[in-house]
Amino acid sequence: MTSRNLSTQLRALVVDDNMINRKIHQKMLNGLGVECMGVANGKEAVDVHCYGQSFDLILMDKDMPIMNGIEATKKLRSVGICSMIVGVSSRSMEVEIREFMEAGLNDYHEKPLTTAKLASIIHHIINTKVFYSYNDHFIFGKFLNDPFI
Amino acid sequence: MEVGQMQRQWIDYTRSLFIEGFLDAQFLQLEQLQDDNNPDFVVEVVSLFFQDSHKLLNDLTVALDQKSVDFKMVDAHVHQLKGSSSSIGAQRVKNCCIAFRNLCEEQNIDGCLKCLHQVKQECCLVKNKLETLFRLEQQIMAAGGSIPLMELSF
Repeated sequence: MTSRNLSTQLRALVVDDNMINRKIHQKMLNGLGVECMGVANGKEAVDVHCYGQSFDLILMDKDMPIMNGIEATKKLRSVGICSMIVGVSSRSMEVEIREFMEAGLNDYHEKPLTTAKLASIIHHIINTKVFYSYNDHFIFGKFLNDPFI
Repeated sequence: MEVGQMQRQWIDYTRSLFIEGFLDAQFLQLEQLQDDNNPDFVVEVVSLFFQDSHKLLNDLTVALDQKSVDFKMVDAHVHQLKGSSSSIGAQRVKNCCIAFRNLCEEQNIDGCLKCLHQVKQECCLVKNKLETLFRLEQQIMAAGGSIPLMELSF
């Protein structure tokens, strides 16, 4: 695994059909030092990746027209996108959350998001980067030459 | 009126908006996002909300006026309004939308029409309240003062 330059700003993609939510979430992320981009549905999220863009974090709304969050998450995972994908929705029924998680989310948060919730997500991403960049020989947290693997 | 008095008036007025349920803690999240780079962030977002809600309420009025009401479409519009009202902390509008969605699920036209009327009223009320709040803020800034930090300790 190649270590990444940790001085590079994190990049996030906010996927939400509600323009007000996009504006607020992008501002929250900007305030946490994260460079942001916003799109209005799952298809645009997939397209942006097809055009070569990559992100450290994808905030994925569940209910969107054209392509919803579940379909978009499945599609992104199927083409090998390993970014942290955090689902967000105002829906709170367990069966709906489970369906969303099973599509390939790393985490789920109920709306509305707060700066504190986003900060904990960002800190998790940063800590994960620190862990994996510590030693290029780490694979899933184990040394390559560990005879006991 | 001197700045200190205006600031106290602002605090009392803001407090009343929370106590009366017009606003919730999410509004404070918006205020905390405002900074020197974006000094009008709250006003911008709130303005966007009222433009958006105006359109949604018109769409809802048309949708509920049809001979055969498409409750899925009505629910989609209410879901949008619930989402954005929740994001800006417009609590009473959000709560109306929750009730509205339940009535959509029951396909209760009369209930939906009553709810629509109520949502329109709540949007109008919170709009007036926020316009008053922003006017107070402008007066404080014009007099050389600053907007006090608000915490939910009541």
